[in-house]
Amino acid sequence: MKPAAFEYECPQQLDAALALLNDANSRILAGGQSLVPMMNFRLATPSRLVDINKLPDLDYVRDAGDAVEIGALARHAQVYASNEVAQHFPIMKAAYEWIAHSAVRNRGTLCGNLCHADPASEMPAIMQVLEAQLTLSSASGARVVVATDFFKGSYETAIAADEMLTMLSISKPAPGTGWGFEEVAMRKGDYAWCTVAATLQLSSGKIASARVAVSGVDACATRLSDAESSLDGQAPDTELFANVAASAALAVDPADNVAVSADYRRDLVRTLMPRVLQAAVESAG
Amino acid sequence: MDKVAINLTVNGRNRQALVPPRMLLSDFIRHELELPGTHVGCEHGVCGSCNVLVDGKAVRSCLMFAVQTDGARIGTIEGMGADGSLHPIQEAFWEEHGLQCGFCTPGMLVAATELLAEKPDPSEEEIREAISGNLCRCTGYEFIIKAIRSAAQKLREGNGAAQTESA
Ligand SMILES: Cc1cc2nc3c(=O)[nH]c(=O)nc-3n(C[C@H](O)[C@H](O)[C@H](O)COP(=O)(O)OP(=O)(O)OC[C@H]3O[C@@H](n4cnc5c(N)ncnc54)[C@H](O)[C@@H]3O)c2cc1C
Ligand code: FES
Ligand code: FES
Repeated sequence: MKPAAFEYECPQQLDAALALLNDANSRILAGGQSLVPMMNFRLATPSRLVDINKLPDLDYVRDAGDAVEIGALARHAQVYASNEVAQHFPIMKAAYEWIAHSAVRNRGTLCGNLCHADPASEMPAIMQVLEAQLTLSSASGARVVVATDFFKGSYETAIAADEMLTMLSISKPAPGTGWGFEEVAMRKGDYAWCTVAATLQLSSGKIASARVAVSGVDACATRLSDAESSLDGQAPDTELFANVAASAALAVDPADNVAVSADYRRDLVRTLMPRVLQAAVESAG
Repeated sequence: MDKVAINLTVNGRNRQALVPPRMLLSDFIRHELELPGTHVGCEHGVCGSCNVLVDGKAVRSCLMFAVQTDGARIGTIEGMGADGSLHPIQEAFWEEHGLQCGFCTPGMLVAATELLAEKPDPSEEEIREAISGNLCRCTGYEFIIKAIRSAAQKLREGNGAAQTESA
């Protein structure tokens, strides 16, 4: 199918783009790798597109001291290949091996990916584990929302219609932070059936600051606070991990779909989580 | 909605057009520029048969609007090879049976072009990764992988040499 007709705006300055968003009919076009398929199927019929691809100075991945900052126009491919990410966030690199394909990553942006908030998307889980800060800008100013408050439901986020996600700021993890990431999907590059991501620290042989998130198994990517509190203060142990995973598998609320049943998704949580935690322990130190 | 004027370079040639914003780049290339070598399989980014090069990067032409390519440099399958002779990558696909029906081939060639520009001597793993976003219903992929490996070697040995060899 073909997209419905729309008005096209291609502002050259951020202020002009934000002013255009004041109109309720406007929708941002970033990499188009989620929005255009939806328009081709007429699942989305925006009457006006505000193409942000020509806005200057938003295509950065930069070291900002304690954090790495990623601009609205940083493409997946650029983030994937960046030294800053390789050095400070190996968990993002591991996840990128599972995200789309090179031609899609060449255009798609990380910020657009987060705003789209597909329930089976990887980065919403990773950003919650890393507690990334999202700068939401509008004509009347800017606010910062932490990733754990950003994702509200299936394709639903805290962003308002007149706001644009202009920057992502991710604090560099404390030295010694370990991480783990596992996914099962039909094929690499497809949306996840189940993704589990975690970071933790070890302090005198005990787990500290455990952060665990899943995606693909709930309405949106979520942190599992019960799992985290069961891990904190405990010595790493296979039985502990199995118990935490078993409880998490019961706590999530997956739906059946044509490809995969809810029960199978729970099984994936149960199976992948101990591996992720074990990998996190092994890489901590 | 009002048409928008665009000015771009396609296969080295300057093109100007008036396009409605909703026109997909794939449709613009096929129907307006009459370059039907770019194929359209799924129109939602999954099959890769519509891949073209935009400013040297492989992208899905079904997921861009033509209006977005104002000022861009586009490369399609018709721009590969010169004066009726095959590009070394095309030649390798021919020799290694990297195609059967040919529907996926333009997209595969674009993916291979980008890969070999970045990695002249890719591992098998890298080749598999590079074409992972391109569906082929005929070949089972093995011959495509062989063809890309052979193309890499041809290109490393120099286009000129590769072309005379097969002549
Ligand atoms: C074949 C294929 C496979 C894929 N596989 C995966 C996968 O395995 N995992 C995965 O996570 N994703 C996958 N994707 C989706 C991909 O990651 C998209 O790039 C991403 O979801 C959207 O980013 P975009 O820049 O293309 O946004 P767009 O498509 O341009 O926009 C998406 C939505 O976000 C809004 N938006 C975009 N940017 C902003 C902004 N800065 N501020 C506010 N709103 C904004 C738009 O208005 C729109 O509603 C796949 C896509 C394809 C086509
Ligand atoms: S037609 Fe564009 S990816 Fe299938
Ligand atoms: S050769 Fe027929 S689809 Fe690939």
